[in-house]
Amino acid sequence: MWHSLVPIWTVILGLGIFIYVTLDGFDLGVGMLHGLVREDDRETVMHAIGPFWDGNETWLILGGVGLLAAFPLAFAIIIPAVYFPIMLMLLALVFRGVAFEFRFEHPHLRRAWDIAFCAGSAVATFAQGLVLGSFIQGFKVEGRVFAGTSFDFATPFSLLTGVALMLGYGLLGAAWLVLKTEGDLQAWSRRAGRICLVGVGVCIAAVSIWTALASPAIAARWFGPEMIYLAPLPLLTLATGIYAWRAFGGNADLTPFLTAVVLFALSFLGITISLWPMIVPGHYTLWQAASPESSQAFLLIGTLGLLPLVLFYTGWSYWIFRGKVTAGAA
Amino acid sequence: MALDPLWLSRVQWVWVISWHILLPAFTVGLASYIAVLEGLAYFSGRKIWSEIASFWTRIFAVSFGMGVVSGIVMPFQLGTNWSRFSDSTANVLAPLLAYEGLTAFFLEASFLGVLLFGRKLVAPWVHFFAALMVAAGTLFSTFWILSVNSWMQTPAGFHVEDRRFFPDDWWAIIFNPSFPYRYVHNVTAFYITTGFVGRSRDQAKMMLRMALNLLIVLVPLQMIVGDLHGQNTLRYQPAKFAAIEGRYDTVSPLPLTLFGIPDDATSTMRDEVAIPSLGSLLLTHSKTGTIKGLHSFAADQRPPVGPPFYAFRIMVGIALVMLFIAAAGQLLRWLGRLDDAAWFLRLCERTAPLGFVAVLAGWTTTEVGRQPWTVYGLLRTAQSVTPSLSGGDVALSLSLYAVVYLIMFPTGLAFMAGLIRRGVAAADSDGPPEIAAGRPAPPYVTAIPVIPPAMVE
Repeated sequence: MWHSLVPIWTVILGLGIFIYVTLDGFDLGVGMLHGLVREDDRETVMHAIGPFWDGNETWLILGGVGLLAAFPLAFAIIIPAVYFPIMLMLLALVFRGVAFEFRFEHPHLRRAWDIAFCAGSAVATFAQGLVLGSFIQGFKVEGRVFAGTSFDFATPFSLLTGVALMLGYGLLGAAWLVLKTEGDLQAWSRRAGRICLVGVGVCIAAVSIWTALASPAIAARWFGPEMIYLAPLPLLTLATGIYAWRAFGGNADLTPFLTAVVLFALSFLGITISLWPMIVPGHYTLWQAASPESSQAFLLIGTLGLLPLVLFYTGWSYWIFRGKVTAGAA
Repeated sequence: MALDPLWLSRVQWVWVISWHILLPAFTVGLASYIAVLEGLAYFSGRKIWSEIASFWTRIFAVSFGMGVVSGIVMPFQLGTNWSRFSDSTANVLAPLLAYEGLTAFFLEASFLGVLLFGRKLVAPWVHFFAALMVAAGTLFSTFWILSVNSWMQTPAGFHVEDRRFFPDDWWAIIFNPSFPYRYVHNVTAFYITTGFVGRSRDQAKMMLRMALNLLIVLVPLQMIVGDLHGQNTLRYQPAKFAAIEGRYDTVSPLPLTLFGIPDDATSTMRDEVAIPSLGSLLLTHSKTGTIKGLHSFAADQRPPVGPPFYAFRIMVGIALVMLFIAAAGQLLRWLGRLDDAAWFLRLCERTAPLGFVAVLAGWTTTEVGRQPWTVYGLLRTAQSVTPSLSGGDVALSLSLYAVVYLIMFPTGLAFMAGLIRRGVAAADSDGPPEIAAGRPAPPYVTAIPVIPPAMVE
């Protein structure tokens, strides 16, 4: 009977992680692209994410603590298994956050802080990709603890997902710059977006084929009797990719970003279908890893009240800072 | 022993939380101070109050940003290094942590934007309301995190199954026996810490007087609260109390040890300076009362004596210095010589960081005193650490945390100290421009504002 809250928490947590990936994804992507744009455009690029980035990062806390509260066993196994990727991500985020603030306070050190900002964004993204790859591959578990070593994360597959996420966040970042900038910088962002898009397409295909070959269970899920219901997903992903290619080449400002978000949603859905209903792949289902109903119910009451308010405020602050940014806004 | 993952994980935890706690120690008090200033500005309509409020709001925003980045690290530490603690306690503690995220996230992040950039855009009462909400957010955040910490000290409202804690009574969990004392003691400490920083700003006479008025009430109050908190510790955590007092033997009447060098190996206090019978009077509030010495506890249930013993004396020593300064300030003011007493103003400036030292010392007292447990009497620290970690793993991560924090935090703190030193007048000329409300990204936005198109047109 106490299983009844598990689907609700799965949806809340999935939504939270997706919001985090989309929002911090675009500002980490912009952070990486910041190192590639012309020197004159760097200020504009910074303004494009200035009011948003720290709010976006707060979703990471909610995601981490939400996992701990709703599925504590998963938290206690997964996080130690990705000890070094998590550490790299945290340090890169600290580095990047402080670099962002201080590049405006130390003009004479601006180049150094710029490099720190770009490198911090890249390392944080790559580390998140390592976490994703390790998660899909699964962990060595004995009883209720992770039983591998802290270097198990370093596999060719997780390196691939690391690169894939850098391209993915790059795509989101480029699409965000298309939305927020004009002129040469916008044209540059459209080209950068198309390059990332090609990379993302290759990576999605590579990850899909690799997981199907490596895991008979995942292959059976996609090519078994449910194939007819699942086949539209890869086709839809392909169609979205083509649509995104045309959107980056066209005149629309918002469409590239929306198509990039849809691509992320489809990939997210694909991974969920591959692993469902496991939260610790190969070992524990969502139901087995869940906290007792008394814990889930106690937190749900407040979450249902507060989460809509948080979403409302987030939307409102994006609305306040809508429109194009320029270098010397005056 | 040199590369023990348990020992190194503890050092890493101390390292990341000690830097982090400096920020709430400052921002909790500061948020309330800003709310008071905004209230004065709203009700009196005098410009000076809103100028002082804007100055401190800018500093608040920088420390809030640093608090966010160092705060993100904390919950993940529970997974990376303390995964068995997480598995055991999450059913009880994780919902409280999540409530901290939800309440603090919503209130602080949303209303700080209005406070920073909205003075000319929203009605004055809305601006005042925003200040109140930010202050409430910091107090809610403190509420939840200290409830978690207190539950680890004095667990209640649960049952144990299969070596894991399960919640029975949320009210009893949240308002566990040590929580009310710890909450009041901490919030008062945070207010005093902020008071000591604020009061070092000698050119703003009003700020100095406000701070002195606050301190002459709060410092003695804190001593009373501290005593009550101590009585609570004596009742629920007698071994911690014995360690704080440096008491190995049980004797009556009990002397008060002022200073000494505790030696856990031989269970003796060397070079002890003590006042006979005063311990009975102060600690048990009776002439012959006594406390159980550490010998009364099994050897594997005793905390180390050194850290809580020394840290407690540092904390109390600082409290006495603070009491002297607060009293001296009032005396000078009564004599009408406050603004001419250069020595006093210099003393104020020098002692500004004392509150932070006291907070860290108090934290050390209570946390090391809880050892060898993470959940007092029920879950050992040694059984809380992540089993897959090798000493080399943690040595590597700890070194990297050390390097990055040593670059980032001193830079940030120096920047804030610079802002405070330059004072209200300087901030007024290059202060934050008034633009639309939004996310707090203050140094960024204060340097080069992003003006929404709606405002430009």
